[in-house]
Amino acid sequence: MRVTLLGPQRRPTLDTVAASLYPEGPIATITAGWQERESDDAEMSKLLGSRDVNLGLYRRWLDVTERDPLFAAGERRLAELLDEVAETYLLRLDHALQAVYAVQRRGGNDRLRADVLAEAIGAVQELDGAHLRRVSAIRGEFYAELPPHDRPVIAEHRAEVAALLGGAAAVVVAGGHVGVLADVLHLFNVAASLGSPVIAWSAGAMALAERIVLFHDRSAHGPGHPEMYGSGLSVLRGVVPLPHARARLLLDDAPRMAVFARRFAPARCVLLENGTRIGTDTDGGWPPGIRVLGPDGHVTTGEAA
Amino acid sequence: MSRFLARHEVPIVEGARCTFLYLGEASAVHLVHRIFGLPERIPLRRLHGTDLWYLVLELPDGSRVEYQLEISRDGRSERINDPLNPRLAHSPLGSSSVCYARGYEVPEWTRPDPDSRPGSLVDLTVPSRALRRACQVTLYLPARFRRIARYPLLIVHDGGDYLKYAAAQTVLDNLIHRLDVAEAIVAFVYPGDRLTEYANSAAHARYLTAELVPRLEAGFPLASGPAARCLMGASFGAVAALSAAYRYPGAYGSLLLQSGSFVFTDIGNDHGGGPAFEPVVRFVNRYRAAPRRVADRVFVSCGMYEPLIIRNRSMVPTFEAAGMAVRYVEARDGHSWENWRDRLREGLSWIFPGPQKFFYE
Repeated sequence: MRVTLLGPQRRPTLDTVAASLYPEGPIATITAGWQERESDDAEMSKLLGSRDVNLGLYRRWLDVTERDPLFAAGERRLAELLDEVAETYLLRLDHALQAVYAVQRRGGNDRLRADVLAEAIGAVQELDGAHLRRVSAIRGEFYAELPPHDRPVIAEHRAEVAALLGGAAAVVVAGGHVGVLADVLHLFNVAASLGSPVIAWSAGAMALAERIVLFHDRSAHGPGHPEMYGSGLSVLRGVVPLPHARARLLLDDAPRMAVFARRFAPARCVLLENGTRIGTDTDGGWPPGIRVLGPDGHVTTGEAA
Repeated sequence: MSRFLARHEVPIVEGARCTFLYLGEASAVHLVHRIFGLPERIPLRRLHGTDLWYLVLELPDGSRVEYQLEISRDGRSERINDPLNPRLAHSPLGSSSVCYARGYEVPEWTRPDPDSRPGSLVDLTVPSRALRRACQVTLYLPARFRRIARYPLLIVHDGGDYLKYAAAQTVLDNLIHRLDVAEAIVAFVYPGDRLTEYANSAAHARYLTAELVPRLEAGFPLASGPAARCLMGASFGAVAALSAAYRYPGAYGSLLLQSGSFVFTDIGNDHGGGPAFEPVVRFVNRYRAAPRRVADRVFVSCGMYEPLIIRNRSMVPTFEAAGMAVRYVEARDGHSWENWRDRLREGLSWIFPGPQKFFYE
């Protein structure tokens, strides 16, 4: 599937990209990451030449919570459990990453330090993997208990979404709250009906990846640890999209960024800044010239893959 | 001289040097303050042949100092706010002048922001058998409050003072709007006999835990479990928060303690706090002798210029030894509401982090 990743759209490039790549036909849009503002998409509609059809996934989710109270109650319990799981993961992650940084700062024998650092990063990777597996298992249990395809309200919405996607020349996924976006994409089974090319940015790009990595080094209480949120749609493979990288990451802190890049390797950490436009080819390969975090923590220009 | 004064903000801040001035007839003028480590009264000097009095103090960058002037004349003294300085800080005890040293700025998130949608305040009365009185509570509900959502609960001691003197509602509106702090329901509670109820009172702890929290859980969409509950307080209010969590371990996941009156003795009984502190000292001594994990996370802040700084610093390793995650913050400030206001962003965003990490627009 062809995917085009864009930088943040404060200064929009969507209009030229969409017009040049997909000049004909309706374009399905997903703005669920905007939550209550999902329908405030007049500006996007203009950029797409009024060819847009908003899938309304957030509105559909609200409808499900209202018309299917059993499912809504289950979702609330799921959210509380996942919150607790995330808290314990972050607790362990804090210690594991502190260990990585402490080893990284040590003097002494370079080779020994490099070996131990690799082990420490490996421990963080194991922790990330275990967390993802746990989250997937919990979600799996939830969906086994309340199979969405057996819930009439959800099934009805899924059918409508599939029909809209089936007739679309392209799909546009905007940013916003990546957790909300990823959840509704899963709930309405968007991946199964996604046959058209996709244009995405910010949270939209993150939700297309295999793993959703949250990051924010400039939070009110100091740099936070990059953390695994869960699984994305896996439309993009081998990549961790980093929208707003310069605004959100301490890119000048090369040791910290080196840990970031090595932790998520072999996936490539791709910067999505203003003006970025990256088109993956039909077999999912990456073009040369994309900006990525290198294993030394510096931003570098990636080669084709 | 008048032209000079009209051209300058007083105190005059030039680098680290802060020049305090008083213009008027007097036999002596003193700067009166509560900076721990400096003499409580510092004399101003008269500029020869004039009625202008001056004092130059070196204040470290980022300092914020509340003060008054003590004017002596005709054998009498009176303390007044600095007539040349329009900046005032307010508290339940009245107002005082305030000096902003180089590098201090009132955080912009403490000021009303037209972009921030305001939450609402709802007054409740909760009858308490534990305290044998009807307890007033002001409940903050965030903007976009929805019954189907689930919110964490923050209980704030001296709630009226936090609202009035620490701009708590504005701060919450702004920090929630900016995604720094999670949408939360905040219960601002009011003390009756403060020095009794907040000094390790079993009745107060029972009121909070067995009466107030269940009442709020029954009437409002609160997330369940201790991780979604935090007790907060300043000064004696911090003692009350720690004490309630100590008496009900497992009930509260977090504590936000500002300039806690954690007075203790290492030996003997001379704590210097007066009779009101007796139950506090007994409680803190007992806690320090056998630290207990009473919450998962504790945010502690204190002003470097308040006498309680040493007590608060001493509590940090005690809390850590009990197995709690501790975030400790100091500021070049005193035992004041504006100090507590200025630390709210760090504290609240750590206790109940907002969803900013999820937003990529």
